[in-house]
Amino acid sequence: MNKRLVLYVLGLILLVAAALMVLPIIVAIIYREKSGYAFLWAIGAALILGLPMVLQRPGNHTIYAREGYVAVALSWVFLSLVGAMPFTISGYIPNYLDAVFETVSGFTTTGSSILTNVEVLPHCLLFWRSFTHLIGGMGILVFMLALVPLAGGDSIFLLRAESPGPAVSKVVPKMRTTSLILYGIYFGMTALLVILLLLGGMPLFDSLCHAFGAAGTGGFGIKADCMASYNAYCQTVITIFMALFGINFNFYAFLLFRRFKMAFHISEVWTYIAIILLAILVITANIAKQYPSVFQALHHAAFSVSSIITTTGYVTENFDLWPELSRIILVCLMVIGSCAGSTGGGIKVSRCIILAKSCRREVMFLLNPRSVKVVMMDGKRVPDNTIRGVYGYCTAYVLILVASLLVVALDNFDFTTTVTAVFTTLNNVGPGLNLVGPVGNFSAFSALSKIVICFDMLIGRLEIFPIVVLFMPSTWRKHS
Amino acid sequence: MKIIIIGAGKVGATLAEHLSHEGHEITVVDARADVLRAVGERLDVMTVEGSGASFETLQEAGIESANLLITVTGADELNLLTCLIGRKMGNCETIARVRSPEHSMMLPQLRYELGLSMSVNPEQDCATEMLRVLRVPSAIHVDTLARGRVELLKFHVDSTSPLVDLKLAELGRFRTKVLVCGVERGDQVIIPDGDFIIRAGDLLSIVGASSETAVFFKAIGIATNPVKSVIIAGGGRIAFYLAKQLLSGGISVKIIEQDRARCEQLSEQLPKAQIIHGDATDQQLLLECGVRNVDAFVATTGINEENIFMSLYVRSISKAKVLTKLNRSGFENIIATLNLGSIFYPRYIAAERILQYVRGKEASRSSSIETLLKILNNQAEALEFGVTSQSEVTGVPLMQLKLRKNLLISAINRNGKIIIPSGQDCIEPGDTVVVVTTERLTKLTDIRG
Repeated sequence: MNKRLVLYVLGLILLVAAALMVLPIIVAIIYREKSGYAFLWAIGAALILGLPMVLQRPGNHTIYAREGYVAVALSWVFLSLVGAMPFTISGYIPNYLDAVFETVSGFTTTGSSILTNVEVLPHCLLFWRSFTHLIGGMGILVFMLALVPLAGGDSIFLLRAESPGPAVSKVVPKMRTTSLILYGIYFGMTALLVILLLLGGMPLFDSLCHAFGAAGTGGFGIKADCMASYNAYCQTVITIFMALFGINFNFYAFLLFRRFKMAFHISEVWTYIAIILLAILVITANIAKQYPSVFQALHHAAFSVSSIITTTGYVTENFDLWPELSRIILVCLMVIGSCAGSTGGGIKVSRCIILAKSCRREVMFLLNPRSVKVVMMDGKRVPDNTIRGVYGYCTAYVLILVASLLVVALDNFDFTTTVTAVFTTLNNVGPGLNLVGPVGNFSAFSALSKIVICFDMLIGRLEIFPIVVLFMPSTWRKHS
Repeated sequence: MKIIIIGAGKVGATLAEHLSHEGHEITVVDARADVLRAVGERLDVMTVEGSGASFETLQEAGIESANLLITVTGADELNLLTCLIGRKMGNCETIARVRSPEHSMMLPQLRYELGLSMSVNPEQDCATEMLRVLRVPSAIHVDTLARGRVELLKFHVDSTSPLVDLKLAELGRFRTKVLVCGVERGDQVIIPDGDFIIRAGDLLSIVGASSETAVFFKAIGIATNPVKSVIIAGGGRIAFYLAKQLLSGGISVKIIEQDRARCEQLSEQLPKAQIIHGDATDQQLLLECGVRNVDAFVATTGINEENIFMSLYVRSISKAKVLTKLNRSGFENIIATLNLGSIFYPRYIAAERILQYVRGKEASRSSSIETLLKILNNQAEALEFGVTSQSEVTGVPLMQLKLRKNLLISAINRNGKIIIPSGQDCIEPGDTVVVVTTERLTKLTDIRG
């Protein structure tokens, strides 16, 4: 493996992290907060670590699959370790492991917190917490490569390791242009959301933080009751935008290029919308009795469904108090997740479609052993190795789920808490049910569980394999 | 430029690789999913699965906004049809590969109707390239500039050559007007100045007027006797095209071919050639055919290993000039260490022609570059600039211009007369100037340091 190249990429990431931490310092200056110094220390640490790595330029710039996976996985780990420093240095989260948990949760756009009361945090730390969602949402490494391409080397393996979904699809032939277009859409939509929230009377700071959380489908709130205290207009805007950020970004790119036929050919988007509408309908009917009017039930159902399926995790209502059917539906939505190529997590709608269709094919094959059928999606045949990839992904998903459950179960919490804690973090949602429900948090878990959950969040965001590759001995062996 | 390549075979993949590295936006279309995936995984290009002649596929590949459509599938008819459809659907230029003799004969008449900007025929292009090398003995590789008036020749300096340990400034003693414009020594590429000393084993690239280069080779003791007899092993398309051109130049040709029916077909098409039915890998047969006394031997069978062994054998027993055709690339550095004479990869030759066309198109959009040739193992460029007006670099003797490092003004074409410039010569408006450099130039005034 080309270790010097991996180190070089990691060094670059650390420099990017240092640059990004300038923003919370500006916030600290505006609000005259002393915690801003914590970011200076963290920037210093990032520079001291990163500069030597970058100055030693690797001679060979070729990235193969192995280097790609390792560089991506380690980048996210390093980013989280550095990003956690300000929380501990400023003294607001004294335990460094807790700070790392919070930062991993931010970068992986999960939104699970160990804080019992977020309102005591100064503005600069709140801003940094939400800003990690924006950075993590589209993937930091691809963003970096779009700005500073590695000279001469093909970095396509990095893109493949970081982008969510069963297959990498490009909008235009060049990877760099593709990612610039997608980032343009991402930042454009975020800015639009900020403006709409400002129009609804939300203060600028709150609008920014909430827009970052919605764009990255993260879900860190800045109030103890999250979104509940804002007016219905703001909540509705957030509902719609969360759902929009869960759609495959290629859809928007095609719309932008006026290739409407291509855009409307993406069946994943329609399935995704259908799932949302159906879930809203069932939950509204299920919870109608608890609310004075059907409209209020609809409003909260829509917000929760949109928040959970996109794996954002904002809350207006404590859905832990809803009837069992609604709670189970929400847990199912967590697992399904949003579209491939969006900022959301979960298994992804397209994988579910492929699974369902190949499942149907297997049943058909049992009934008519001589029948031949190919799995079609978007009017095209799904190649067998894509299907195989989906099977592999789901198997690994279940295995990791079980393993995490067994470790977290050591803490001896009740069944619902244990299961939903793992579900919600592995799918990058945020809140679970019971102790980790919308009004709870993760502070009660043991250090071991927190480490496991951190890895679950990273595994969920990076789609399992990059992190798994890190732990394979053969990755680090010289000859293999 | 936005370029669509139909066909992800040997030529298509080579083209996609080079064009993508040169910054163009490439979409590759092929009906074979596995071949396409291999390309998509290796290169930064977009891939579309489907037949090039289908309306939907072309639309998905973005034909409306494409600047160039290149069709290089295995089927001539499909290539031509795709170009025709592509031209109707979008506003792009088209290049097609047409390889069968029947189709390529009619092309000059049909090119206009089909709207083709260019057509390539790898086998024919390879044969033309071989012919050029046969015409200039000992030169390993020949390129032409200034519409064929300036030749760029690359040859190997062996230890017995009078050039060994000679300073370039002393080259004048051969009383010829040629210029050494580049040297490959191992992996190094050097644009030399007058103090450069030639060593045995160097690959020299020289520039000169076509008439002068022959004099130069004679002066340094490399026999320039024209080839009079050629043996071609393997009777494929390349052999046919090459034999046809050789025969028309009055050179005697012997073709050894294994397949009886093909032999008869060749004998019908090439009545003047001597066709021999037999296995060219048979040493006895080669000796019978007079390989010891022939002027040139060309190995063109379909199997790389056969060609390599035949060439090595012929080199070991005769003084004939040896030309070897290789189909597949790979192990190129190993092959380069073998004494195989001149090596030809038809896929590269075809791809190189298309690349030159694209580079020229791209260059002419932004500057006065007329042609651009990648030379010295693709590490340097030979650029031809048209000088349209007065500028800081015109009318000044070259010795007074502060030129960039790694740059050489190699030739000036003034009204059809080729000047190999010395320090006293000036660039004048109306000239075309050939510059060899490892730097990136976009306009003539960039030559100053």
